[in-house]
Amino acid sequence: MNAFIAQEVPLSWYLILSAVLFVLGIIGFLFKRNLITTFMSIELMLNAVNLSFVTFAQQWHTVKGQIFVFFVMVVAAAEAAVGLAIIIALFRARSTLAVDRIDLMKL
Amino acid sequence: MHIIMFFLFAGFCLAGAINLLIQSHPINSALSLIVVMTSLAVLYLMLGAEFLAAAQVIVYAGAIMVLFTFVVMLLNAGKEARTRGSHAAWVVGFPAVVVILAVLATVILTAQGLGTASVNNGITSAAEVGTVLFTELLLPFEVTSVLILIAILGAVALARPSDGERDTHEEGTAGK
Repeated sequence: MNAFIAQEVPLSWYLILSAVLFVLGIIGFLFKRNLITTFMSIELMLNAVNLSFVTFAQQWHTVKGQIFVFFVMVVAAAEAAVGLAIIIALFRARSTLAVDRIDLMKL
Repeated sequence: MHIIMFFLFAGFCLAGAINLLIQSHPINSALSLIVVMTSLAVLYLMLGAEFLAAAQVIVYAGAIMVLFTFVVMLLNAGKEARTRGSHAAWVVGFPAVVVILAVLATVILTAQGLGTASVNNGITSAAEVGTVLFTELLLPFEVTSVLILIAILGAVALARPSDGERDTHEEGTAGK
């Protein structure tokens, strides 16, 4: 048991976790029927990619990977603000959040 | 110790992500996404990225998810209607998801030379991140500030009611 506790975690496990989270994000994006939840799945995918960036930054002992994650966070914040504004504008026009009913570009 | 922490918070991550998919009410999905993001912050800390762990909690679990919950409550989003979804999602999407996972797992598991993560590897301090960010990567940093400015203006412009809508709304309240 002590040997198990003292064991180090291989970085590939972090990468596998990142891949699984990314795939769960894709599944959510494809199969969720609510516009906001679909948008949340995109955030989940961004987070999964961030985890692999941090893992590789640890692997190569460089700080640039972490800074890239910082930029991804900034872009994700901007994306969330604009995306949610679009969702509000869309809801005002259609009065629904179901993606099945807002699959046309025109009103 | 590291391995126990990894399993604990990786488990939280996966449970939160799966719960996000299962829940039919958006607010429950948003709360489980907060669980995912906070456990990811702990994983970042275990990988030695202390600045990112703090930023993850403040920016993602704080700011972005508050924005999400605001919008869920503002739009009074109810339970989602369960439909079969698009045909293309089942025919193309699902096999593609399986293929992506298989390819990623194969590449990661066959990769040589990946190290291990342990507490002895040291922590990247915020000072080290800041030094590189404000010297080598100063231009991208400044460009992101412009990006955020544009995003703020765009969000305000998009969420504001159009002129025609506002007139009818005012007439409606005046009529009452």
